[in-house]
Amino acid sequence: MKTEGKDRFKRQVFSRPKSLVDVKSHFCPGCHHGIAHRIVAEAIDHFGLREKTIGVACVGCAVFLYDYIDVDVAEAPHGRAPAVATGVKRAQPDKFVFTYQGDGDLAAIGTSEVIHAANRGENISVIFVNNTTYGMTGGQMAPTTMLGQKTSTSPYGRDFRKDGYPIKMAELLATLEGTAYSARVATSTPAQIRKAKEAVKKAFDMQIKEMGFSIVEFLSTCPTNWGMKPIDAQKRILGEMSEYFPLGVYKERKQADFL
Amino acid sequence: MRRSLSGRLHRGLEMRLATAAAQRVLMKGNEAICVGAIAAGCRYYYGYPITPQNDIPEYMSAHLPPIGGTFLQAESEVATINFILGTSASGKRVMTSSSGPGISLMQEGLSYMAGSELPAVIVNISRSGPGLGGIAPSQGDYFQAVKCGGHGGYKMPVLAPHSVQEMYSLTMLAFDLADKYRNPAMILGDAIVGQMKEPFEPAEYEPTVDQEKPWALTGCAGRPRQHVKSLYLKDNAIEVHNWKLHRKYLRMQEEEVRFEDYRLDGAKIVVVAFGTAARVCKTAIQWARGEGIAVGMLRPVTLFPFPAAQVDAAAARADVVLVVEMNTGQMLEDVKISTTFHDRIRFMGKPCAMPTPEEILGEIRNLAGKRR
Amino acid sequence: MPATGRIEIDFERCKACELCVPACPKNCIEIGAKINAQGYAAAFFARPEDCTGCAICAEACPDVCIEVWK
Repeated sequence: MKTEGKDRFKRQVFSRPKSLVDVKSHFCPGCHHGIAHRIVAEAIDHFGLREKTIGVACVGCAVFLYDYIDVDVAEAPHGRAPAVATGVKRAQPDKFVFTYQGDGDLAAIGTSEVIHAANRGENISVIFVNNTTYGMTGGQMAPTTMLGQKTSTSPYGRDFRKDGYPIKMAELLATLEGTAYSARVATSTPAQIRKAKEAVKKAFDMQIKEMGFSIVEFLSTCPTNWGMKPIDAQKRILGEMSEYFPLGVYKERKQADFL
Repeated sequence: MRRSLSGRLHRGLEMRLATAAAQRVLMKGNEAICVGAIAAGCRYYYGYPITPQNDIPEYMSAHLPPIGGTFLQAESEVATINFILGTSASGKRVMTSSSGPGISLMQEGLSYMAGSELPAVIVNISRSGPGLGGIAPSQGDYFQAVKCGGHGGYKMPVLAPHSVQEMYSLTMLAFDLADKYRNPAMILGDAIVGQMKEPFEPAEYEPTVDQEKPWALTGCAGRPRQHVKSLYLKDNAIEVHNWKLHRKYLRMQEEEVRFEDYRLDGAKIVVVAFGTAARVCKTAIQWARGEGIAVGMLRPVTLFPFPAAQVDAAAARADVVLVVEMNTGQMLEDVKISTTFHDRIRFMGKPCAMPTPEEILGEIRNLAGKRR
Repeated sequence: MPATGRIEIDFERCKACELCVPACPKNCIEIGAKINAQGYAAAFFARPEDCTGCAICAEACPDVCIEVWK
């Protein structure tokens, strides 16, 4: 893919961002992790952050963050990434620190860590990829699994009487004073991808300006565990998932008004 | 986020740190740990309240900020050990403290740190267990500390202070061991040595290791990106990694054994005890020697690496080896592993309470009488 | 009207997820018949004459297989 544009097509208008390592990814065909990773890399490049960034990888399909984003990365235990990120940021406040987590990681085992990092107003940015399932381990029910959704541990479909309702993390974290920015995006249409890029840039900008905690929740597909083709999986996001998990900005601090 | 500090210095005590000429200071054991940590260059402390070690986070919360250090109280010990992981990965000296139940919560993080080869100092001021147990002192966390309660199989240096002086000096040593081996290192104290006050000399810290950390995650300016991780999926990388860690622990066993020979000259009864139990044994041994009983003590200072060779040598020369512990028999197992003279081993246990020197003297007299 | 843009799809890297196919507003991309080394019937640039270089296909591709020129 190193050939230049032929003939009159001289200007390259789209290429791999510099911070996205040029390797084949392990993600399933149609998995939106690939898009989210690229958007994160684009934002890192946009702000020139690569050499001062420390990422914190979670446990899940995104555990290989260090293979894909060309920055220093620490591996955290399952759910603990916001706490590890706190330890990094408190030790090196001049560095840019982000976590990248799935819904099992952030909304189940790691709920306490993310809520308290947000509550403390830690100047870190959390990228939260919500595909309503535990992907890496074979599609078990997650706190974000929708009602009626059949998973490998909810074979009869999620029943609110037994398992409660899916949890809405972007809204929940927006209620905390320490949260400077909380948004939910998707990457299933060109317009959504544009808005997702803006949201991630906004989140990163919050950290750069030391405004507090920022989080962007990505509604994402898991075609393999949903048992759907990628195109149909995207339709699920545009349909029932966006209905229950509305896209939008839930909090956006305008200035450092917490002082 | 910037907040002004209330600046409450603990009891107005002014410490000249690191460069202090030796002077005697009266302090609680828990506080002496803090002084030692700060002297060794630790500027990051994270913790959570639990009896009987709250003096430590309280002291650090007051004394770190004025010297540019960072104190953060975490929402749980789970969060605490992960703050530790992040700050250690950043290349900084960092410490936490807790008691048994909190150390239980830290096991996951300790396993990750051992696998990722990250240094830190972890202090356990033991209380009674299992479960909620109580706040009475005990030595019931020996297994958790020495055999390492987290998953996967790893080790860490474990130091057992028996005086406020050692709470200070062994803390400094713990930082050096942690950095030398890129591994967590533990101070295993208990409620007695933590809460008691004694004079000690805060001697100047003299580093014994190089503190350069080229592996630290500081941002990849001018170098390729690096990572700190414990996941090894390809081929047999995890097997190779386990052997690498194992060789590290073997080196610890070769180079880091520390113990005290207390009046072992001509001893026919050899007491083996650590921490507060050893402290009480010293009194009993003095009394027993006064009665003409040939008794002494081998006191492990490092519980890992265990002074196995020294225990074996002492057992070979003795008629009786008396293991005294504030539990129902934990270090006892390592004493048995260390020597083949099993028929000489006796055990005196006092779980969740401090034995009295009278009780121990009684046992020594018993054994001496039987001997005669 | 001649094409105002041009793309290149990395044949070997494509996983045939097909997200680029409906993403293109001009229907320039199709899933092909050739199978790549990964075992996928990769997408290919079927109608280059209609390409405007909008790069929506590249934005939609999770594997960054597509480069775009104008």
